[in-house]
Amino acid sequence: MESLAHTRLADCYQCGKCTAGCPVSGQMDVPPNQLIRFLQLGQAGKALSAESIWQCVSCQTCTARCPKQVDCAASLDALRQVSLARGVTSPARERVVLFQRAFLDNIRRNGRLNEVELIAEFKQKAFLRDRNVSLLMADAGLAPKLITRRKFHLRGERVKDRDLIRNIFARCNGGAEK
Amino acid sequence: MSRIGVFICWCGENIARTVDCAKVAEEAAKIPGVRCAVDYKYMCSDPGQALVRDKIAAERLDAVVVASCSPHMHLRTFRKAAARAGVNPYRVEMANIREHCSWVHQDRGEATAKAIDLVRMMVAKVRHNKPLDAIRVPVTRRALVIGGGVAGIQAALDIADAGYEVVMVEREPSIGGKMAGLSETFPTLDCSQCILTPRMVDVGQHPRIKLYSYSEVEALDGFVGNFTVKIRQKARYVDISKCTGCGECWNVCPLKKNPSEFDYGMGFRRAIYVPFPQAVPARPVIDKNVCAKLIRNGCGLCEKKCQAGAINFKDEDRIVEEKIGAVVVATGYKLYDIGKNGNGKVHGYGEYGYGRYKDVIDSLQFERLVSASGPTNGVLKRPSDGAVPKHVVFISCVGSRDNAKGLPYCSKICCMYTAKHTMLYKHKVHEGQAHVFYMDIRAGGKGYEEFVRRAIEQDGAKYYRGRVSKITEENGKLIVRGADTLAGFPVTIEADMVVLAAAMMPADGVEELAQKLNVGYDQYGFLLESHPKLRPVETNAAGIFLCGACQGPKDIPESVAQASAAAGKVAITFAATELTREPEIARINEQTCAACFTCVRTCPYHAIDRAEIRNRRGELVKRTARVNPGLCMGCGTCLAVCPSKSADLDGFTEQQIYSMIESLA
Amino acid sequence: MKLGYYPGCALHGSSNDYEQSLRACLAALQVELAELEDWICCGATAAHSLNRKLSIALPARNLALAEAAGHTELLAPCPLCSMQLMNAARALADEETQREMSRVVEGEVNGTTRVLNLIQVFESVGLDRLKAAVKAPLESIQAACYYGCLLTRPPDTVQFDDFEQPHSMEAVLAAVGAKTVAWNYRTECCGAGMTMASEDTVVELSHRILENAAAHGASCIVTACPMCHVNLDMKQTEIRKRYGSPGPMPIYYLSDVVGLALGIAPEALGVDRHFVRVS
Repeated sequence: MESLAHTRLADCYQCGKCTAGCPVSGQMDVPPNQLIRFLQLGQAGKALSAESIWQCVSCQTCTARCPKQVDCAASLDALRQVSLARGVTSPARERVVLFQRAFLDNIRRNGRLNEVELIAEFKQKAFLRDRNVSLLMADAGLAPKLITRRKFHLRGERVKDRDLIRNIFARCNGGAEK
Repeated sequence: MSRIGVFICWCGENIARTVDCAKVAEEAAKIPGVRCAVDYKYMCSDPGQALVRDKIAAERLDAVVVASCSPHMHLRTFRKAAARAGVNPYRVEMANIREHCSWVHQDRGEATAKAIDLVRMMVAKVRHNKPLDAIRVPVTRRALVIGGGVAGIQAALDIADAGYEVVMVEREPSIGGKMAGLSETFPTLDCSQCILTPRMVDVGQHPRIKLYSYSEVEALDGFVGNFTVKIRQKARYVDISKCTGCGECWNVCPLKKNPSEFDYGMGFRRAIYVPFPQAVPARPVIDKNVCAKLIRNGCGLCEKKCQAGAINFKDEDRIVEEKIGAVVVATGYKLYDIGKNGNGKVHGYGEYGYGRYKDVIDSLQFERLVSASGPTNGVLKRPSDGAVPKHVVFISCVGSRDNAKGLPYCSKICCMYTAKHTMLYKHKVHEGQAHVFYMDIRAGGKGYEEFVRRAIEQDGAKYYRGRVSKITEENGKLIVRGADTLAGFPVTIEADMVVLAAAMMPADGVEELAQKLNVGYDQYGFLLESHPKLRPVETNAAGIFLCGACQGPKDIPESVAQASAAAGKVAITFAATELTREPEIARINEQTCAACFTCVRTCPYHAIDRAEIRNRRGELVKRTARVNPGLCMGCGTCLAVCPSKSADLDGFTEQQIYSMIESLA
Repeated sequence: MKLGYYPGCALHGSSNDYEQSLRACLAALQVELAELEDWICCGATAAHSLNRKLSIALPARNLALAEAAGHTELLAPCPLCSMQLMNAARALADEETQREMSRVVEGEVNGTTRVLNLIQVFESVGLDRLKAAVKAPLESIQAACYYGCLLTRPPDTVQFDDFEQPHSMEAVLAAVGAKTVAWNYRTECCGAGMTMASEDTVVELSHRILENAAAHGASCIVTACPMCHVNLDMKQTEIRKRYGSPGPMPIYYLSDVVGLALGIAPEALGVDRHFVRVS
């Protein structure tokens, strides 16, 4: 975990400044300082299945303010990766995983983000999982406004050297999924 | 031919386990010049020392090698023992066969062979040891105390009461230091000024204490027992020998709105002022940066009003010299600069809004707010609008224990004074609520833990275990976003005032002073003691002692105890009519010295002077470098740099070193 | 002045008004942008959340392109892109990573290109020059400068401005004659990449920001981040529906405000394409 996050968890003295400054810690099941604590205690399981690792908005406030210079945000990145690899991700937060996976899939195919394709794919997958109509329809009203403001590329952009993109993904996935 | 005795110690099992001591003795006895070689279980014990003395007498030895532990440990022991039996103590050497041999090797055969070599080398060395006599230097029994806070005051009074003269130098217009501005003190809540100001008066009136206020140490020359200090008396523009302290001058000064240093900017003073009513000396000083007369030759009302004719606008800095024999450094501390950002060693706390929000203050400012002599006469009003704060947040470890801000150490006293602050606050604002964010409570000390518990249990302070991440101001409230790591959630408090327990740092300018005194300091500027346990008030410079927060964060009781300890060390120094020093010092062959003075420039102790050799008619024969035996610490740097090989070190001559090497061939 | 230019996906997607704005604005200041040929996505939050290696490799490909094109400086107007690029550059300082990444992206990459945000481009142009070029000083607006997260954080990586009390955007606005307000949420997070995945979070965080800017007398918010702009501009109706406040708050890109001061027409900057219309 430490090598994945490039930080030293033993340095953390549990002052809680990360939790204090986190914009979403109020809603978290396990706040950032406790995530680090579980790792310090060798009880990673409790951290890996926490919802909070998927509530994190990666704003980097915890890392910026840590008096002990522990890279808390990178530690959460590491937790997310290991959580997925071990298949222990909290079911309550699978929406976030779905979105991020769909995002990377999209990049792997196009090289650049195709927003329309991403939204369609994500909404479809999310709906198939939770059958939540209101979430499916959320933001639907925005689409016409985006179109009138010429903010949508309906066809999206694709890079020329797409083989390279697929190769990059293949080379990186070998390392990350083990 | 020398008559050398070799004594091999087993150090119980410590040496004997790995080294065959009998074998070492057997081999040592074969070395030319060795009259006898014996081994024994504990050479440093009484019977062991008796063995050394008996052998000296029986074999008429004139030099001794003890093969045992490090000379740091017992060289003095064996030199004394040998001296009692009539051998010059500087003809005693030690071969370190413990730290350098038995403790670091496993193979008995090899360790024994190495021990024999170590003994052989020391025998070769001691053969050329010249008998030396300890250096004697006279003592000026007069001490310099730098800094007039509680530590300096205690040290000065103790030294003076022991019967010696004291010169005290204080850079502020009055002595008293930080303690003079404190409200009440933990853990007894006695009034700080009530206990300190009588001591300040004692200093001012003591027949053996000469006080230089508004003065700084410019330079220190000489060596233990024989220092000369140059003191810069800063222009005060008031002749304190004429001034009666009547107060007419500052009452007429029209420049009223200058932030008071004593009140940490929360109150005001005039351009001519005494920093606080109980100041010692109770004499004013003119602030040359604001006085209209000094800036543009205006005003001058104070001069017209002064009947004693004490105002002197033409005053200038003066340098005076004093002869002294010992120095006590008591320069104290300052608070971490919370508002600062970027650059330098500390980074400040932009996230806490200190300096932007008036009601975010530091702990010393809070002391003034609750002090009867403070800017609000002891009524607790917040700085922005004078309202009585109903919720006050206290934050510990601001700057302390924070690697990202530059200071990893604990400031030690903040837990205690923060508990005190919550009590003082509650005693003044009964309906108020104190909130404390802390990481750990460090209350080691007599009555300390009980004091903190009292703040929580009786005075109802709410303690949250966590740091604060950010403070913002909304509609006159300070929004404090912290965490309670015990409960495991973030905590937000709408406060009326926030008090930051800022870290303790060494006072400004301490590094420059340390360089003038040739005293070491750590990466934060705290002055270095000679040994953290056994020589806590000594420095590595003989005759210079430390006390108070200049050495590390400390509370009042510790500073006072350390001050008395430093005074005791001064008294010990002054108890002798002359001082003795180790004679193993450098010597310059003045005939061969090429007068390049490389040694003068490189000597870390400034112990080598440029000298001239003149004939009887007073004509210059040649120039040479000359070692000051009072200052030389025998480090040998001059030997290494001397291009003409004119420097040598008594007890460690080049001849000795070469013969040690040759003995191995 | 000529700069390498890495627009990133947002500026070629739903934030294409940002690209229109900064291209118009920088052209007026004779800053020429050379867009990287065949640039790819930086990987964004999804990459650094799910796959650390990928979150280095994707930006590394773009850095390789910049190096091959000979750019010493590269403008990345999206702070998430520029943070990702800088993070990759930092990782490339390690020799082993540098060798591995050169292999992964099939081209030599050293991470030596200096990545600039939009504020830094204005600083390079020179605030004095900017001041001199002003044709229509914006005296009527009270701008709340909003830095968000990644312009200044993580400080070790981006090394820009004071991350607790930044002042660089206020300095740019002062140069073009706009007034700025002091407020408290300049560096708080708007929810960023959670727009789709966790809309509640974005609505809540963005509401706090809008509310605080309004409470401190701001007439508009100025940002240099496409995601911040999306969340604050596009979600305002949703926010008002849930919280009932604040009133409509125009959200400008920094280049909008500078461009307007330089006398560029609002339509040329794409200001008419924001959700919250400006009177």
